[in-house]
Amino acid sequence: MLRLCIPCDSVARAVGADEVADSLLREAERRQLPIELLRTSSRGLYWLEPLLELEGPEGRLGFGPLTAADVPSVLDALAGNAGSHPLALGPVEEIPYLKSQQRLLFARAGITRPLSLEDYRARGGFEGLDRAIALGGEATVAAVLDSGLRGRGGAAFPAGIKWRTVREAGAGQKYVVCNADEGDSGTFADRMLMEGDPFLLIEGMAIAGLAVGASMGYVYVRSEYPDAIDTLNQALRIAREAGYLGANAGGSGRAFDLDVRVGAGAYICGEETALLDSLEGKRGTVRAKPPLPALQGLFGLPTLVHNVLTLASVPIILARGAQFYRDFGMGRSLGTMPFQLAGNIRHGGLVERAFGLTLRELVEGYGGGTASGRPLKAAQVGGPLGAWVPPAQFDTPLDYEAFAAMGAMLGHGGVVVADDSLDMARMARFALQFCAEESCGKCTPCRIGSTRGVEVVDRLIASTNAAAREEQAELLRDLCDTLQSGSLCALGGMTSYPVASALKHFPADFGLQTSEADQ
Amino acid sequence: MPDETLHLPLIHSVLEREKDTPGALLPILHAIQDGAGYIPDLAIAEIAHALNLSLAEVRGVISFYHDFRTTPPARHTLRLCRAESCQSMGAERLAAQLREQLELDDHGTSADGQISLRPVYCLGACACSPALELDGRLHARLTPEHLRDLVNGCLEEGSC
Repeated sequence: MLRLCIPCDSVARAVGADEVADSLLREAERRQLPIELLRTSSRGLYWLEPLLELEGPEGRLGFGPLTAADVPSVLDALAGNAGSHPLALGPVEEIPYLKSQQRLLFARAGITRPLSLEDYRARGGFEGLDRAIALGGEATVAAVLDSGLRGRGGAAFPAGIKWRTVREAGAGQKYVVCNADEGDSGTFADRMLMEGDPFLLIEGMAIAGLAVGASMGYVYVRSEYPDAIDTLNQALRIAREAGYLGANAGGSGRAFDLDVRVGAGAYICGEETALLDSLEGKRGTVRAKPPLPALQGLFGLPTLVHNVLTLASVPIILARGAQFYRDFGMGRSLGTMPFQLAGNIRHGGLVERAFGLTLRELVEGYGGGTASGRPLKAAQVGGPLGAWVPPAQFDTPLDYEAFAAMGAMLGHGGVVVADDSLDMARMARFALQFCAEESCGKCTPCRIGSTRGVEVVDRLIASTNAAAREEQAELLRDLCDTLQSGSLCALGGMTSYPVASALKHFPADFGLQTSEADQ
Repeated sequence: MPDETLHLPLIHSVLEREKDTPGALLPILHAIQDGAGYIPDLAIAEIAHALNLSLAEVRGVISFYHDFRTTPPARHTLRLCRAESCQSMGAERLAAQLREQLELDDHGTSADGQISLRPVYCLGACACSPALELDGRLHARLTPEHLRDLVNGCLEEGSC
């Protein structure tokens, strides 16, 4: 019996994994070859998807990227010398892209079946929850504090301080809310994790709920991820039946349950206070802080809000200890971060590494440069509100503070690569247009400034004389300052990042002669 | 416009099931849209009554979110990703191709009512850009030829 694995991840399927699986089953039946086909999560080596793996005595052998038409020849090779096939990749764990990673969050990626509790437990699943229950709430919060874990969204706020605030916020009903609506372009780690390892998120939320004294949690998922929603719902049912959720969550003697809520296509709901309004059944309008959600959050009650990657980091901190986690990273950026390589890149995929490797190692080392083979122009780090970083700054280490120091941010760890054909003036206009479309409308700089910004960029591009262009450029810089310092939340505040960085590093795209040195 | 009263049983059963759920409005709107294909106008008063909200509050929520629609959808919905990752891999050229082939702007419905176009900002397929979603199914590493085949598939199916 041959044991074969193919991902059921939605992007692996979007590039043909189902067709390869169907073809395998049909071809094996025709040959009367007994096979067992497991649908696992994806390794996140997306340029190799659909990636077929054969389980053997020396680990798993990979073949990819496959099409259905490759299946007969792969089966021929499996009968003889597997390594002789042109798409054979050898042992998957030895592929340098994967081998050099430090996978804590994505340790099970591509190995386990997403909805198999047995697979999850066989690879350390629920050890963190058991440990948290044995330690009790106070020691659990202390472990999260000691680990140095910071929110993996954008603000990088120390997670343990939030936990302590919610825990100490009086008795009564409290909530844990998972912000799974961070829909930044170029990021897909949340989607992979929810589709591929849903019990990890459930475990992290259960640990959080028991530690801060919340009996109810919500996962607010963006509607653009239907497979993740479906998988999470099934996983919740399985976890509840197995006793990890419910009246006696994980055998703790205390109640904790979870519900999945589906967003409705509003980017602003990835902002934590807008998300809370949306969960309450309102328009997703940003709230002024204070009061902090930790004290007055969902329905006005103390609420712990974290994104997917933050909550999913918790089980391993509990299972292996705070010190184990602290040993990864640099400075105050501790632990690992799943960086996501996307856009015009040869080897797009997920790279989980400790903070501190450089953007160049990521883009040129792992990513292998542009997919088009044309010269690299820039990489946008941290989603649509992140700065465009020119290659001259690629030696900056991926660390929250180092990126902030150059007017950029790590955000959710997404890296979108562009070649020299991408027009940065267009991208600046797009960022402002996006802000105008997605603004919740509550504060003036974001609501009106974004629309005026689009007009300024249009005038700037259309201007025919240098003095007029420089005047519009000055107006745009000024508008960026206003957006950055006058907006209520990150949407308005950080839209200035892609605009100002494009203007600063690529003035020629705007028809400006000024070089960086002149500014 | 179809007879909206046909949707009343659905609306009532959704409200009966969900009205006591905390923050019920979004789950209710999703359930009605999943069942009816859109939010019928007559649902608004029913929802407002069940949740003790004003009509303006319900309408305000519906119009705030991009996903909710108040008219029946075309037979096929094609959502092309227009975010940065897909843009850097030629999504704008694909959008132009769609506009030309279907004689539509980015938000329109084809004259025969077969295909609606909608932009979307990230489907999470960024490592395999450009990507689109057609009737709930994700397609990635799109090429102009692949896109033309998908659209032609929708159009041909409608003609028979």
